[in-house]
Amino acid sequence: MSDATTPVLELRNVSKVYTIRQGLFAERKSLRAIDDVSLKVERGGVLGLVGESGCGKSTLAKILLGLETPTTGEVLIDGEPVGAQDRRKLARRIQPIFQDPYSSLNPRKSIADIISLPLRVHGIGDAASQDKAVREILDIVGLPARVMNSYPSQMSGGQRQRVAIARALIMKPEIVICDEPTSALDVSVQSQILNLLGELRREFGLTYLFISHNLAVVEHLATRVAVMYLGRIVEEASVAGLFDHARHPYSQALLESVLTPDPALGVPDTQLGAAYPNPIAPPSGCHFHPRCPKALPQCSSVAPRPLTTADGRIECHLFDEEKAEPATA
Amino acid sequence: MATTTDPLLEEIQGPTPGQLLRRRVFGHHGLMIGGGLVALLVVVAILAPVLAPHDPYAQSLLERLQPPVFLGGSWEHPLGTDHLGRDYLSRLIYGARVSLMIGVIAALISGLIGTAMGVAAGYFGGRVDMVVTFLINVRLAMPVVLVALAVVAIFGGSLQVVIIVLGLLLWDRFAVVMRASTLQVRGREYVAAARAIGCSTPRIVLTEIMPNIVNNLIVVVTLEMAHAILLEAALSFLGLGVQPPTPSWGLMVSEGKQMMLFEPWLVMIPGIVLFLLVLAINLMGDGLRDVTAPENRS
Ligand SMILES: Nc1ncnc2c1ncn2[C@@H]1O[C@H](COP(=O)(O)OP(=O)(O)O)[C@@H](O)[C@H]1O
Ligand SMILES: [Mg+2]
Repeated sequence: MSDATTPVLELRNVSKVYTIRQGLFAERKSLRAIDDVSLKVERGGVLGLVGESGCGKSTLAKILLGLETPTTGEVLIDGEPVGAQDRRKLARRIQPIFQDPYSSLNPRKSIADIISLPLRVHGIGDAASQDKAVREILDIVGLPARVMNSYPSQMSGGQRQRVAIARALIMKPEIVICDEPTSALDVSVQSQILNLLGELRREFGLTYLFISHNLAVVEHLATRVAVMYLGRIVEEASVAGLFDHARHPYSQALLESVLTPDPALGVPDTQLGAAYPNPIAPPSGCHFHPRCPKALPQCSSVAPRPLTTADGRIECHLFDEEKAEPATA
Repeated sequence: MATTTDPLLEEIQGPTPGQLLRRRVFGHHGLMIGGGLVALLVVVAILAPVLAPHDPYAQSLLERLQPPVFLGGSWEHPLGTDHLGRDYLSRLIYGARVSLMIGVIAALISGLIGTAMGVAAGYFGGRVDMVVTFLINVRLAMPVVLVALAVVAIFGGSLQVVIIVLGLLLWDRFAVVMRASTLQVRGREYVAAARAIGCSTPRIVLTEIMPNIVNNLIVVVTLEMAHAILLEAALSFLGLGVQPPTPSWGLMVSEGKQMMLFEPWLVMIPGIVLFLLVLAINLMGDGLRDVTAPENRS
């Protein structure tokens, strides 16, 4: 089924449309949270997914985890469509680490209960071996065994996130979806968690989809980066390629925002002037054109087509004339 | 928030949620008083055969309408006797059984119905939610007392009928509160994590959702218990609830009302214990809400 060249994780033309109704008698509107996204992640690779808050990153994560079904398109893990797989089997291959460790741990459960839940749900081992597994994984994520009988409310944000990581890794998954795993944490703790995630990836040969609204966070960990805007992937490139010469004006704006004084705090200030558009009524043509400093006349009417570049893809009229030759910025 | 760099050196802070809860429970006066009174009445109801000085049904026409001791009566009948010469204290003690039984069983039945509906609506949303919301609105459009009166008038008044009617009528608040609580908890990331782990829906509802909304449930249980007890008293007072000679506080008030001007204690004694029981239950419910609220917010 799978060989060395099969991407461990692949999305093919995935879209997700939410139907929303504001108020009882208001008409139904559709919100295109994910718009025709195709991505591949190689085994052992780290794909950074970057974009402003509300662009659809978490929705993509939920689709990959099987928590949401895509409206169209398909997700493949090791070449097998996810839709055809059993939820429980899927759970053993792909696990999440969520953004907010204050919300991702059940406050009524002890740490040992939280971490051992996957083992108990899947009936792996007996109570004694589960206890042993919890102790081992606690050691791996850098927590003392005595936290086992504690509750989430007794722990700091960084400790809680370590617990969440332990829970995600205890079944030895192949893929971990990290949805902004550090953005709810203190600045001082963020780098600890990032380093831990890096070490764990090397130790267990994990594949990550690493989501962040901040390019700076992605730089250290990722091998490739996808930039998302209003549900679409507008540029995809290797980390070196994107950080050396980002092509898409949006990627460039994100990169500039990283250089602002305290990029670790909150949403990056993209200095793009116009506010983030309403996803229910996206701008015509290229969704980015109202904020784009380099917009061409056709940008407001014609949607740019996906172009292949030397090390990835881009959707931008600026490069269409050059027939997607590697841009010499 | 901790700023230490080595998580191994960071101490685990503070007490467990269980310890915190215990500390708050014992520091809450309203809860202690209300809970204490309710506990006392429960013990009295259970031990009624031991505690009651007389048979609550034994009539003695020679000893009719004896006043309680504090109005010059004898210790033979500490709270006097009613118009049939039955010992008032014994009837009061057995009446606690009726009130508490109705309160507990009616709240249990309506709690089961309302919780199942509310949690299903909150968790599944969509069509299930629409149906449940519709049923809640239908139920809210029916006046409880009138419906109860009509049903009792058709099927005849008895303890069982009153319990079942109240149990089938008082689920609306359970459904509303449980629906809202479930909606709130459903969106938490630990529920998404449980689903990503591969937990089944019943398991998620029972182990991830319920433990986090059960505090709201307890508060509604106390409210509806008090509600059911008052409704039973009202129905019995109107002659459509528990039937004589069963000792019920509402019935005792009703039977005493003919003599209210001459022997006001006949009405006041059961009235006061009814008031005290409902007050105690409400104090307990308020206390439970106070005690469990801070955790709910975190
Ligand atoms: N269950 C849902 N129903 C309707 N709209 C949703 C739902 N989940 C997310 N959205 C919308 O989809 C868009 C993308 O959201 P999200 O994936 O959470 O963005 P991000 O994680 O990048 O901040 C937002 O506009 C959000 O309002
Ligand atoms: Mg998000």
